Amino acid sequence: MSRLVNESRGAYAFIERNVHLIKRYWGWELVWFFYSLVNSLAVTYIGAGMERISGQPMDTQYLITYLLVGTLIWSYLSMIFYSISEMIAWERWEGTIEYTFMAPVSRPTQLVGTTLFAIGYGVFRTLLTLAIVAAFFRLDLSQANLGGAVLLLFAGSVSFVGLGILAAVLPLLYPERGAQMTSAAAALLLLVSGVYYPIATLPGWLQVIARGSPATYVIDQMRACLLHHAPTGSLLSTVFPLIGAGCGVIVVGLVVFRHVERYAKRTGRLKRSG
Amino acid sequence: MLPPALELERVRKVFSRKARSFARRAHAKNGKKDVIALESLDLTVARKEIFGVLGPNGSGKSTLIRLVSTLLLPDSGTIRVFGHDLEKEEFTVKRLINRVSVDAAFFKKFSPLENLSYAARLYGMPISEARVKMREILLRLGLKEETFTEPMERMSRGMQQKVAVARGFLTSPSLLLLDEPTTGLDPYSKRDVQTFVREIRAEHDATVLLTTHDMDEAERLCDRIAILDKGKVIALDTAEGLKTLVPKTNGHAPTLEDVFIALTGGRMEDKELEVVE
Repeated sequence: MSRLVNESRGAYAFIERNVHLIKRYWGWELVWFFYSLVNSLAVTYIGAGMERISGQPMDTQYLITYLLVGTLIWSYLSMIFYSISEMIAWERWEGTIEYTFMAPVSRPTQLVGTTLFAIGYGVFRTLLTLAIVAAFFRLDLSQANLGGAVLLLFAGSVSFVGLGILAAVLPLLYPERGAQMTSAAAALLLLVSGVYYPIATLPGWLQVIARGSPATYVIDQMRACLLHHAPTGSLLSTVFPLIGAGCGVIVVGLVVFRHVERYAKRTGRLKRSG
Repeated sequence: MLPPALELERVRKVFSRKARSFARRAHAKNGKKDVIALESLDLTVARKEIFGVLGPNGSGKSTLIRLVSTLLLPDSGTIRVFGHDLEKEEFTVKRLINRVSVDAAFFKKFSPLENLSYAARLYGMPISEARVKMREILLRLGLKEETFTEPMERMSRGMQQKVAVARGFLTSPSLLLLDEPTTGLDPYSKRDVQTFVREIRAEHDATVLLTTHDMDEAERLCDRIAILDKGKVIALDTAEGLKTLVPKTNGHAPTLEDVFIALTGGRMEDKELEVVE
């Protein structure tokens, strides 16, 4: 019981720390939110302008919603990915990594705290973006399966936690370049996951990579849910494999992280702040 | 009989680093050279002892502290903290120790209270109890109440180091690892910290492992002192005992600094022992 209490205090330490980081770096947060909002608007305006670009009559409303779903869900999933993958990078930047690693708190506990914060903050930011974007476009989600969308969002979160842990290994292994490598991994996921276009548009070899990205399935089914009003039952064949595979990647991520942490302790890589 | 606070048996730690010069790279295996930080080190620190470690830069002092802090793994040998094997019972050991290092590493935009709350939660302390304790320690270390909520980046190096000391003491560790904790502090602050170290031993029966370059500090605080050179203990005794190792000069009894210089060969440069393979 006391172990459980201690671990929950440990998990809360990471939630509170991240809240403090946002509070203290509010200027940066505002800049990034503005950037992400403008990016969502810019992408969605491509849909609004397609009729003029092509000179052909099109279902503009469909295009707008198609692109908006992609940009919002990617914004949410990448938020989860970055929050978790940066749990080590932040400690490197601030120089506190040794103090966190010598504390009696397990890595899964650190992960639980970081994930809970990431989901909470991700949902808040995504809803805020949606609210602002809705003022620019006429969105009709009255027929959308919102319950199914929430279920998919949950499955997507689970699937991205494991990827985040695997990416968090990079700043541990490469103190100077690890964070940039994480960004490169996120960029690849953005390219292949059908965020702005169907993956069938990609060359064959990229489609193979696309099938390995959980975001591909989350975004595809989210569109089915919000644009084609797919019932929740039809989503389950995607949701369960996503959660199952996500849990598998989390376990693999934790095992890899444990080995890399031992390697870092053997070679003295925790010391350099990068 | 209770096990000692800290036992190191034949502990060896070697770091592999990229050779800097072309000539060295040509002779090194895979372009890397091995630097021996600790060479088959045996050390026992008794419970409630304040044990000092002196040594030139690169002699292995910080490596020793970081090994006991669970931040490094030894290449060979055994480390036990209050009888718990550091590798097999890492979590138990982590609950018993805390560390203050020379670099006051903090979330620089957080206030002292925010940083200390984070540390308290990581160590599973109830936050209401921790808040009372952190104020008490900060005040005893001479920090003013109005600085408690200021960002750390606005504080002087000395004040930051005091918060680092407070973080180390906050969790009431049974074994406190102090790696040059008073470096950069003014004489008043130095005295505050030294008094506090003595108090934590008296009040909490804590054991202290202290590395320092300050000979007066070592003499004032430590029950026994080891002199480390090239990763090996070359002398270990009380301060008075160490002074008997060096003859008097011009009729004057040697100081601890005389002993240190005589035993370490008078060289103050980095003294890492390199083995180029």
